[in-house]
Amino acid sequence: MLTKRLIACFDVIGGRVTKAVRFQDNIDVAPAEDLARSLYEDQIDEIVFYDITASAERRKIDLDTVRRVAEHVFVPFTVGGGIRDVDDMYEVLKAGAEKISVDSMAVRDPDIIRHGAEAFGRQCIVLSTQVQHVGIRDGIPSGYEVFIDGARTATGLDAIDWVRRGEELGAGEIVVNSIDRDGTGDGYELDITRAVADSVNVPVIASGGAGTVEHIADGLTAGGAQAAIISSMLYSPRLDRNPSVRELKGALIARGVPMRPWVD
Amino acid sequence: MIGVVDYRAGNAPSVMFALARLGLDARLVAGAAELDAVDRIILPGVGAARATIDSLVETGMVDALRRRALVDGAPFLGICIGLQVLFERSEEGPAECLGWLPGEVRRFPDSVRVPQIGWNLVRATRDHALTTGLPAEPYCYFVNSYHAVPADPTAVLATTDYAGAFCSMVAHGNVAATQFHAEKSGEVGLRILRNFAAWDGA
Repeated sequence: MLTKRLIACFDVIGGRVTKAVRFQDNIDVAPAEDLARSLYEDQIDEIVFYDITASAERRKIDLDTVRRVAEHVFVPFTVGGGIRDVDDMYEVLKAGAEKISVDSMAVRDPDIIRHGAEAFGRQCIVLSTQVQHVGIRDGIPSGYEVFIDGARTATGLDAIDWVRRGEELGAGEIVVNSIDRDGTGDGYELDITRAVADSVNVPVIASGGAGTVEHIADGLTAGGAQAAIISSMLYSPRLDRNPSVRELKGALIARGVPMRPWVD
Repeated sequence: MIGVVDYRAGNAPSVMFALARLGLDARLVAGAAELDAVDRIILPGVGAARATIDSLVETGMVDALRRRALVDGAPFLGICIGLQVLFERSEEGPAECLGWLPGEVRRFPDSVRVPQIGWNLVRATRDHALTTGLPAEPYCYFVNSYHAVPADPTAVLATTDYAGAFCSMVAHGNVAATQFHAEKSGEVGLRILRNFAAWDGA
């Protein structure tokens, strides 16, 4: 059967992984390629990296770092940040990524999703959404609003309306990242994750807040997600201990969550 | 020397990185004449069947691939879309494909999430050089909305379950292919690529 996926996520600045809490107070962790290589050896299912300052600084994505990671990682690898058009996407794919994550740019220019899917296939385009609980009101029937620019700018878009639109335009996966939970270790925001999973027929990825194995298991069961993004747990220097991927997957399998088994 | 067919919609860079990790000699092949300089061929692929076929037609690769693989008998490995285009036609597009193998390519039903994305179990249906040395339960990375339905069941080398069993590997003479991304299936996928590099095509 198709197993659930554990995805390691990095925020990268200048080729180095950095870790924030609720999009602030970044601390330096390690060079992206070193962390990627060690997680590959620990049999992570997938890696996502966001060049988090590319978009704000209006510069192109750091292709050298993409290439250095791709050289050492033989599991799928998604890259996001600062991607404005199909030519940018092609550069990132040529550097060795499999998938492109679009976020703020897709809100400003939704056609980027369609153009990317037409050029490289639906499976290549991951729509990443930053959502915040704002309560049910006019224009936000789900109670969750989409934010962009590193959670700084409200869009007035309802989370469920936006992911449905993204799927129609050609997104092959949807990431639901909870701004309220990001970096907190309090667990995924299960209500909105489940609501998104029930609203689209493409795979859904839970993101933001995983601090324990139970949180991951909840995201993949009650949350209805096909994959779970984890970051702090795996490498944050703020924690006393970072569990291995092998340990996390073993604990998930023991809880009945289907995962790719360890290969000796 | 392995030739990795390069076209704009492909995932050729990832395949090249994987072959480099294995210490195998490989080069990107963008034109028909360059195919003569390699002794085995990988046709990678992501994206859409129609875009892939259009690229191969534009670059004159359709006839060159046919000559090298089907006439000269060079060992050939298709990956993902590189498997699907070997059949006669695909529902995606729809597109007329290479037609090297009888059968067609169909979409997964809406009863499952489409595309299928993730690691799934690949069950070999017979012994073959490509699957030598794999773990008892090999999981590989799939990203596909469509899957091949071979008309000749003897071409099937492995099956995988998603909305029922589908064909996840084919092997017919010197032509083989994986629906999963061997270059992105961890050590299991690297082993399949290493097996391909050593395969005599029989």
